[in-house]
Amino acid sequence: MTEIEAPRLSGRRFRPGDLSLQTVAGAAALAASALVVLIAYTIVRDSKPAWSAYGLGFVTRAVWDPVKHVYGAGSFLFGTVVTSLAALAIATPLAIAIALFLTELAPRWLRGPVTALVETLAAIPSVVIGLWGILVLGPVLRDHVEPALHSALGFMPLFGPPSTTGSSMFTAIVVLTIMILPIVSSISRELFLGVPRDLKEGALALGTTRWEMVRGVVFPYARGGIAAAMILGLGRAVGEAIAVTQVIGSTVSVSANLFSTGDTLASKIAASYQGAEDKAQVSSLVYLGLILLVFSLVMNVSAQLIVRRVVRRQGTSTRAGVA
Amino acid sequence: MSTHNLTKAALRAEGLPRRRAMNRLMELVAWLAAALAIGILVVMVWSVARRGAGALNLDLITKTPVQFNFGNAPSGLSNAFAGTLVIVGLATAMALPVGILVAIYLNEFARPWIRSSVSLALDVLNGVPAIVIGIFVFGLFVVGHGQSGYAGAFALACLMLPLVARSTLEVLALVPASLREASLALGVPRWRTTLSIVLPQTLGGIVTGTVLAVARVAGETAPLLFTTSIVGTQLHWDPHHALQTVPVAIFELSESANPADHAQAWAAALVLLLFILCTNLTARWLATRSRRKITTAR
Repeated sequence: MTEIEAPRLSGRRFRPGDLSLQTVAGAAALAASALVVLIAYTIVRDSKPAWSAYGLGFVTRAVWDPVKHVYGAGSFLFGTVVTSLAALAIATPLAIAIALFLTELAPRWLRGPVTALVETLAAIPSVVIGLWGILVLGPVLRDHVEPALHSALGFMPLFGPPSTTGSSMFTAIVVLTIMILPIVSSISRELFLGVPRDLKEGALALGTTRWEMVRGVVFPYARGGIAAAMILGLGRAVGEAIAVTQVIGSTVSVSANLFSTGDTLASKIAASYQGAEDKAQVSSLVYLGLILLVFSLVMNVSAQLIVRRVVRRQGTSTRAGVA
Repeated sequence: MSTHNLTKAALRAEGLPRRRAMNRLMELVAWLAAALAIGILVVMVWSVARRGAGALNLDLITKTPVQFNFGNAPSGLSNAFAGTLVIVGLATAMALPVGILVAIYLNEFARPWIRSSVSLALDVLNGVPAIVIGIFVFGLFVVGHGQSGYAGAFALACLMLPLVARSTLEVLALVPASLREASLALGVPRWRTTLSIVLPQTLGGIVTGTVLAVARVAGETAPLLFTTSIVGTQLHWDPHHALQTVPVAIFELSESANPADHAQAWAAALVLLLFILCTNLTARWLATRSRRKITTAR
């Protein structure tokens, strides 16, 4: 046969192909990172007229008056905080219960299908959930659930007179709960699957009931991860625009009554996509986006930090267990 | 220290009936929670199917919308379906190569600190609310140039990029190191090893990730409101102009007071939902298949 090139034993051959692949791929990675910076830069730049005119007072002022050109995020911030925290408070225990069902309780043949169905819930587009929320869920809540809650718990200002249209903060809370439930439950499920079997069996062998084993072994082991899952769920709830716009009723109001209409930061932006003409209003909308962006950055980075800490701790503890 | 509590609890045998009752109660709660989640899904899909099926006909994808339609004029959303096809296709064409290249760089070339900071950036990008992406692209492209299909596609690509990169990264990490080493030991250059040995192994995973990302962005409304929503009713395919899309059409029809519009919204929602459920099932099936292939190759 023909001669074979002798391998070079020392030094690296210069390969233009290697260099070009590395350069192109590196440029893509750089571009992806630069995109985050570009998003932050563009949002800050476009909201500049609003924050230089209204300052930080914008964040808490509960006015949105395009006629008098007075804008503030207060009522939307209120709506965002109330709806997303309430949704998180309802969704978290449910999600943990579902995750426990899927990892500890369900018969083996049922686990796969139920997991798939719960994850399907996460795949439904928010505009479809919103359509269902406004045309099906809203009327049901208005006619049955809200009057019942009002007559039973009406002494609390939270459960005031029921809404008239079916659009209310309460409907938004229910819709957001449905949207974050599959997120929190699928992360919790993965966490619970990671709990070492010997710990669980050890607890059961000591004579605990299954629930005591969950409380004594599974929860402490997964605590950090559940916190991260909750933060990610909260981030989703805070950022959801479309479904909330469809069901919340879009009004500028701060009311303790959950059955009244309102607006959130994200839903206000979505509702204003047509007709935002003058500069002050557009930059005020972008200012709302800036508040959302800061929220989402803080929540994401803290969730990532928690996850990394948990992974490191669990990594060392299992290694110690093996040794 | 939790073990200590457990021992104490276990030794306190006198409370056994109460403890058993508590256990039963909690098991019941878990069953009910799972049933509730499935129930919500069933009710939601059933409402869309029942209301959508009535208004579902061929006109929906072949005819353009008729405004203020109180009569029986045949009306559809062909412009929205065309726009969604064009915009999602363009978004995939933008996000897919970049996402794969990012994953290749992170898995094959990057130093650990670069790897961890770029993946943090991807996570942050994934966490930016879709509506914020919308106003970002609005500020970047739409102000001064007007809305266009390209702007909408870019917004969707921003959402797809972290999804594609993350799923490609996951399958790249599954490719056994021995395969790379064998190829390098035969004197194959690194770039050829990466492109013709490693990458083909991950094809199934990349397809799965892309299908899931397409399913996710095909239903997105928020990034399109500010970038490609102010449209007429005629059918056209040119992304230089704003294009109507299915999610935006559903959103607008759902805000209307006309029941005929609601019927059309349900029908479009049914089509969208069917598309997304099918793509998700396909992706799930592909995922189990390709994972099995990679792990048995090891």
